[in-house]
Amino acid sequence: MSNTLLISLAVLGILGGVLAVVLYFVAQKFKVEENPLIDEAEACLPGANCGGCGFAGCRALAEACVKQAAEKGNIDGLACPGTDMGKVAAVLGLTAGTFEPKIAVVRCNGSCQNSPAKVHYEGADICAFASTLYAGKGGCSKGCLGLGDCVKKCNFGALHIDKETGLPVVDPDKCVGCGVCAKTCPRGIIEIRPRGKKDRRVYVCCSNTDKGALVVKNCSVGCIGCQKCLKECPFEAIEMRGNLAYIDPAKCKACGKCAKVCPRGSIHTVNFPAPKAEDPKALQGAEPAVKPQPQPEAKPVEVKTEVKPENTVTA
Amino acid sequence: MNPIKTFKKGGVHPEENKLSADKPIQDFPMPKQIIVPLGQCLGAPAECIVNKGDRVLTGQLIGTAKGFVSANVHSPATGTVAKVDVVMDHTGYYKPAVFIDREEQDEWADGILVTDELLTDIKLDSKQIIDKVKECGIVGMGGATFPTHIKMMVPEGKKAEYVIINAAECEPYLTCDYRLLLEKTQEFLMGVKIVMKGVGTEKGIIGIETNKMKAIELLDKTINEHKDLYAGIEVQPLKTKYPQGGEKQIIKAITGREVPSGKLPIETGCVVVNVASTYAIYEAVQKNKPLIERIVTVTGKSVKNPGNFRVRFGTPADLLIEAAGGLPEDITDVINGGPMMGKSVSVTNFPCMKGTSGILLMTLKEAQDRRQTNCIRCGRCAIACPMGLQPFLLHKVAKQNDFDETEKNHIMDCIECGSCEFTCPANIPLLDYIRYGKAKTGAIIRARNQK
Repeated sequence: MSNTLLISLAVLGILGGVLAVVLYFVAQKFKVEENPLIDEAEACLPGANCGGCGFAGCRALAEACVKQAAEKGNIDGLACPGTDMGKVAAVLGLTAGTFEPKIAVVRCNGSCQNSPAKVHYEGADICAFASTLYAGKGGCSKGCLGLGDCVKKCNFGALHIDKETGLPVVDPDKCVGCGVCAKTCPRGIIEIRPRGKKDRRVYVCCSNTDKGALVVKNCSVGCIGCQKCLKECPFEAIEMRGNLAYIDPAKCKACGKCAKVCPRGSIHTVNFPAPKAEDPKALQGAEPAVKPQPQPEAKPVEVKTEVKPENTVTA
Repeated sequence: MNPIKTFKKGGVHPEENKLSADKPIQDFPMPKQIIVPLGQCLGAPAECIVNKGDRVLTGQLIGTAKGFVSANVHSPATGTVAKVDVVMDHTGYYKPAVFIDREEQDEWADGILVTDELLTDIKLDSKQIIDKVKECGIVGMGGATFPTHIKMMVPEGKKAEYVIINAAECEPYLTCDYRLLLEKTQEFLMGVKIVMKGVGTEKGIIGIETNKMKAIELLDKTINEHKDLYAGIEVQPLKTKYPQGGEKQIIKAITGREVPSGKLPIETGCVVVNVASTYAIYEAVQKNKPLIERIVTVTGKSVKNPGNFRVRFGTPADLLIEAAGGLPEDITDVINGGPMMGKSVSVTNFPCMKGTSGILLMTLKEAQDRRQTNCIRCGRCAIACPMGLQPFLLHKVAKQNDFDETEKNHIMDCIECGSCEFTCPANIPLLDYIRYGKAKTGAIIRARNQK
């Protein structure tokens, strides 16, 4: 009995010893050298793996940073929206490249008040689905559907749907500008823009590239493509995309002149000092006033839904 | 009469409500201006070939097919092109369209034979028939609007054994195909013959649900009276069950064959064509008349005057509703198509198109959404699914955006019949989520195949 025990112990012991030696040499032979800097750089990143940097995850960004630092001696163009890239640069022994903090901007102001509902939607609460089914409650085929695909996708809890307006609102404190919402929106309404100097920014709060006449039918604050802002801008920062004005954030100096001339109040200025009381025109730009406008030819309101007939007999 | 057949798996039986079944087809007068959308079929919209100010004749080509899956568009009236602009279609989106200011008298384009006589002599050969179908812009008029000439082109190595005419009309409320069968029986049967010649087969089977006995008897009688002329055509009664008119279901019911997952019906040796399309093929091949009109059923429980109208394309739907007695007060839903597969519209003045089989006005009582509760895994949707899928699972994974899982569970085989949603005791909009998942999964598969 004890013999059997000893034999098996000896066999297993010798076998284990031999295999351990083999494994040691194999491990030496196939060793993967990894730069310890990658781990250090990764430690500086938030670890949310949101993909906002354009890489598969935080580790992939860290690897790219280490690689570029070794090859070019900088980390320009690599940025995590949620982190101060200076820390990563310090770990790698560099100074950070120009990193601009960014924020998501909802380019639609077709709220329940500005673009009153003509139809009623009942169905799956997915914007991507509703978008294939109909143009939208207010009739604007480029406007926000308000079902909150962006809200559901946000990793940072920075978006919510305002119950009064029916539009998504970005919380500037929480938004890191990762761009997941912009990719999710089936109508491309959300844009990632630089936060701007002193957190001041100017943007066109409309995404409708249709002709002015079609825009006016459905919305009281949509851009009609009159090009007044284009002529007003001293920095040539405004371009026309179809019948929609677009302010190039790289050229915009945030003077706010365009917002003052916009006849529709489509251009929004954020974090600008409050306008003086005697200048009513400036007020329009800073705080887009809700202008109740007579609705052109109201159409009958239909219920919008995938329907089932009377649920009576089932086979 | 042949014994009644049906497909085995799943299916439901909604209330039939064929309110307009006894209403003869009326010619609907055209308004002063008609608006002809250029995208009337599945696939790419046609390219406009007329300009503002041009005078167009009835039946003249105004839009040419662009791409493989696309169909020509012809002018449904004589008049002057007022403008080429965009028009709001039933979804509320703006789509390109030709606006034509109409003249009182129809002046038909060259080569179109205007006669009510039955033409029994098929002069064209197989290839010419398919070319003619393509030229005349004929699409599947059951609602899917898939160009018919593509269906009729049998790929090399395959052989069409049967032409199946889909006369099931399993959608509740709709009666346009039924009326056409009753009123244009001979023309329709000639159409079947032409399709048979086009795809090169000797056998044609007309599948009709048994709730249309009058049509079955009439067709049987006509075929027996003209045995030589309609040799090879057979009428097959089918059980009244939804979705009997689904392409895959009707093949299964009639031939017992099953279309393999992800494949086309030709794999089973069948070409399935809709009744209205068959009639349009007759008109195209024998009279050279392009597809410019169709029968539209306007119906609903509280509609004063439900009816079947012969409508030229481009006529606004609200005029049809007006003709049927106007919009009743308790209406909350206007549906383009039937109640099971049709979609609610955003505006009522959308122009009628090749796929507009019916305009259904639903009352609040029928259409109101019942309170949605949680799925209790009762499995009624899985029993009802005619494709043998598991809608409860598909809806869940589509909701979670897990498109690997949707593909594994064959979401692409869904025919979007809505039987699952109809039976769901928890009132979950299953089909909405499945349609969403199907669209996303399809896009992923297409992107992968392109690589």
